[in-house]
Amino acid sequence: MKWLISFLTSSLGKKVVMSLTGLFLCSFLLVHMIGNLKLFADSDGHKFNEYAEFMAHNPLIKSVSYGLYFFILLHAFQGFLIYFTNRAAVGGGKRYSGKQVSPTEARIASRNMAALGTLILAFLLLHMGQFWLKAKIIGLADGVTLFDEVKIAFSQEWVVIAYLLGLVALSLHLLHGFQSAFQTLGLTHPKYTPLVKMLGYAFSILVPLGFASMPVYFYVMHING
Amino acid sequence: MKKLDAKIPPGPINEKWTKYRSTMPLVAPHNKIRMEVIVVGTGLAGASAAATLGELGYNVKCFTFHDSPRRAHSIAAQGGINAAKNYRNDGDSVYRLFYDTIKGGDYRAREANVYRLAEVSGNIIDQCVAQGVPFAREYGGLLDTRSFGGTQVQRTFYAAGQTGQQLLLGAYSALSRQISLGTVKMYNRHEMLDLVTIDGKARGIIARNLVSGKLERYGAHAVVLATGGYGNVYYLSTNAMGSNVSAAWQVHRRGAYFANPCFCQIHPTCIPVSGDYQSKLTLMSESLRNDGRVWVPKHIEDVEAIKTGKLKPENLAEDRRDYYLERIYPAFGNLVPRDVASRAAKNICDLGHGVGSSGLAVYLDFSSNMKRYGKSVATSKGKENASDAEIMTWGREVVKNKYGNLFEMYEKITGEDPYVTPMRIYPAIHYTMGGLWVDYNLETSIPGLFATGESNFSDHGANRLGASALMQGLADGYFVLPYTIGTFLAHEISTPKIDTNAPEFAAAENDVTIRINKLLSIKGNRSVESFHRELGVKIMWEYCGMARNEAGLLKARDLVRKLREEYWTNVNVPGTADEFNPELEKALRVADFIELAELMIVDALTRNESCGGHFREEYQEEGGETKRDDENYGYVAAWEFTGVGVDPQLHKEELVYENIKIALRNYK
Amino acid sequence: MAHEEINLTLQVWRQEGPKKSGKFETHVVRINTHMSFLEMLDVLNEQLNQQKKQPVAFEHDCREGICGSCSLVINGRPHGPMQGTTTCQLHMRHFNDGDTIWIEPYRAKAFPIIKDLVVDRSAFDRIIQAGGYVSVNTGGVPDGNAIPIELNTAKRAFEAATCIGCGACVAACPNASAMLFTSAKVSQLALLPQGRPESKQRVLNMISVMDKEGFGLCSNIGACEAECPKGISLENIALMNREYISANFASRRVPTK
Repeated sequence: MKWLISFLTSSLGKKVVMSLTGLFLCSFLLVHMIGNLKLFADSDGHKFNEYAEFMAHNPLIKSVSYGLYFFILLHAFQGFLIYFTNRAAVGGGKRYSGKQVSPTEARIASRNMAALGTLILAFLLLHMGQFWLKAKIIGLADGVTLFDEVKIAFSQEWVVIAYLLGLVALSLHLLHGFQSAFQTLGLTHPKYTPLVKMLGYAFSILVPLGFASMPVYFYVMHING
Repeated sequence: MKKLDAKIPPGPINEKWTKYRSTMPLVAPHNKIRMEVIVVGTGLAGASAAATLGELGYNVKCFTFHDSPRRAHSIAAQGGINAAKNYRNDGDSVYRLFYDTIKGGDYRAREANVYRLAEVSGNIIDQCVAQGVPFAREYGGLLDTRSFGGTQVQRTFYAAGQTGQQLLLGAYSALSRQISLGTVKMYNRHEMLDLVTIDGKARGIIARNLVSGKLERYGAHAVVLATGGYGNVYYLSTNAMGSNVSAAWQVHRRGAYFANPCFCQIHPTCIPVSGDYQSKLTLMSESLRNDGRVWVPKHIEDVEAIKTGKLKPENLAEDRRDYYLERIYPAFGNLVPRDVASRAAKNICDLGHGVGSSGLAVYLDFSSNMKRYGKSVATSKGKENASDAEIMTWGREVVKNKYGNLFEMYEKITGEDPYVTPMRIYPAIHYTMGGLWVDYNLETSIPGLFATGESNFSDHGANRLGASALMQGLADGYFVLPYTIGTFLAHEISTPKIDTNAPEFAAAENDVTIRINKLLSIKGNRSVESFHRELGVKIMWEYCGMARNEAGLLKARDLVRKLREEYWTNVNVPGTADEFNPELEKALRVADFIELAELMIVDALTRNESCGGHFREEYQEEGGETKRDDENYGYVAAWEFTGVGVDPQLHKEELVYENIKIALRNYK
Repeated sequence: MAHEEINLTLQVWRQEGPKKSGKFETHVVRINTHMSFLEMLDVLNEQLNQQKKQPVAFEHDCREGICGSCSLVINGRPHGPMQGTTTCQLHMRHFNDGDTIWIEPYRAKAFPIIKDLVVDRSAFDRIIQAGGYVSVNTGGVPDGNAIPIELNTAKRAFEAATCIGCGACVAACPNASAMLFTSAKVSQLALLPQGRPESKQRVLNMISVMDKEGFGLCSNIGACEAECPKGISLENIALMNREYISANFASRRVPTK
């Protein structure tokens, strides 16, 4: 197994772990987003609550969810590790005093993956504190469904703003991360890479938009009574 | 006085090398491990020699003043490398390459060496391909070749306009492999400043660690110099800024003969000088003459009109252009050898037809061939009625594929688009055929000291053909020296490891220290650079350049002597000896250039004939062709150092032509 | 072509040695716009020489864009503002009268500063020594035309092989990663049939040394490609990743170390 350890600790191995976990998390995002669209299925949240119930108790889903937590932590931890390795490689501190803009300066997402990742992690903590913690650990108050919790949460202005900011960060993170994962895995080809890139852009915009529709919808509903 | 013995093996020319190689003394593997060899320089000749010696089992120490072996100036060679492969079935052969090289060199090269060079040329291509050198290929996947000057076959292999880079990186990779295997110990940023001889044999060097400034001693059973040419004596040349003569000059001072120093190659196609701030000249590959046609305006009024901007050269009518190379040399046309093309450019400019602000440039025009290529593309596309603009666009693409990087380079430097306006070119110093005298074994007149590549004088006579320098560097390094060094080392197997505490090392180190301290202590008023510029531009190029005459050379000798005196009393070298000090490095090199310059002038004065790159105005045929004097000057002039400012001692190696009938060079 | 004289203010990084601290020094030069950037520095050094001051140390050799010696970060960009251009081929006509130009050394942990603008790039040599070659000895090789190579493959290999080892990719990369440099050599030799037999071992060894030298990790930003004076493509990095993954997972080789 020495070869596997040496692979996982090499610079490229670390990047491969980042891209694989990243892609797995992408697939989770998609499932999570589609599932949550059940919020719009009916006005009393019956279907959504049913779905939440199923997700919480299906043993297969449960075991996959442990994998998910692990991969989120791995992706984040590895990300921080890489960030500090890279800071050290640059020599730390301010690098160049000359001020001309380089042609890739505009690639804000690419250049700030660690910062965006941190934002997303912060958002994730907020999100999990609001729903996952209540539903799974503390337990919901009697007679209060998850759907009710959603409605309450998204009636608060600051929560909606926080969610939108978190989703913008997610979108930017995905814009670079999606296609970058394919590059890291060596999955490039002059014929297919343009397709992968297009798919990546679509994914990075549509998935966060899908998520954003939920707080916005409930907030608007709340304001309009 | 030592007798010059070239040690040419007996027998018919086509058997000499094979037979010699099979009978020369060898060093057994268990002895090779104990044999230490120093290789100075990591260009094509040095890197290939160090790598091959390492593979053979010798214990090699390799030195370069660069930060990495990959920076050596071989990397800048553009056009290609010759090899007698006859892949094109156009009648090429070892003999033809041999003949072309001897003739191209104006019958001043040693037959046996040149034949051996032609013999191993094919092996070089095989070797480089095996190393992963990405040569240009044809659609079928086989190697492509093109034409070069002075030949009528297509034997030049190439990798776009970066052949030297690809070959050097190949040799560098072979060297890197030996470094990783521990057979070669690499010393980057170390400059050789002196040779150590013990009992008359080369036994080591004194090198300066350029980062710490410390002088270090290195011992070995034999020393190989692969330190390149001395074209930078002219200040402005196509050489790299760091290219220098110092290692060769120091061994010359220690007793190695310097041969034919006045044989310098002036390359016809360089970007002209644009101002007196200029630090170097940039070559435009000879391969451009495959598709570029050289011309100047036929009428002086057109020259004026172009100069004042009233007329654009691309708009000058065909019948008002003088394609002078095609006119004078119909058989070879634009592909005459370099010395011929250079001189023709100078002559036509002297007649007032030169273009550009200085009047010292001719045009290299691609439009006819772009049109021809464009038409052929049109035919293959089945577009018989294509417009002129379409044809030119397609033709432009073809030319771009062949020479794109060179065109870009031209545009970056001059700010002009060579696809539209013809390139302006003028001759510039490019290569030095002269160098350390070596025998058939590539051994100098100091036993145990070998010289390879451009640093020796051996294969190109008075003029080198295009794409032959890469061939010679690699031939020497891969296929000749690794064998011939055995003829010396086979007798050294009982010599113990060289002790660098020997008094000879201390003495040599002391000499270097004195020289360095002297330079640093002058604290005069002129920079090293200003002396170098004066030496090169004001003296050497003026009086010992493309055309030389007795009066000019005598004057130049006087000027060089005065300059040397001023140098040693008025140069300013900032900084100290014990630090990274590029100014001190330069100062040591320029000091050697000044001494070399005088030797070149003496050699040019002594050679009362014109041949190849050496053109004495007193000796010319009608029409300005060189007038050789085979009877009196059919020899190699090998000079022995007798002291600074003292007349050197001439030794002659008579050149015997047994296989080629010596004749007037004719490219008409 | 107008030969115009312009005045420039230079902010040049000066640092006496690797362990010394450095600072910017301000100089004013009057130069001709037809000069190259390095000729402009020659003018500065001649000026310093006249004032009996220490000239600025910078690396340069061929001055025709191929040796890879010249470096410099000019106004925050390796090799300055022009794409596909080395510092030595950058001409002053791209600057204007009165401009201030910031001139700094490459900055990366793996490229320690030796003096002023000169850095130590020997880490690149060590990466090549780890496997950037085909293990053939001199002699005994097949004929050059024994193995035909598809034109497009030969072209890709050539394009990767045009890397000049200048280090601009490391200087440009926000992570100081050497992936573009390393991948150029890995790709060249992986594409050619001559390099295939040892391609797996090569990529493992080269990456391992690259990591040890202290370069950063690749984030696929593309700054290296954009600043590379020879236009080496990111595609090489993908190819190297592919090679590396397959060398680890698809090869039967079990490491002994």
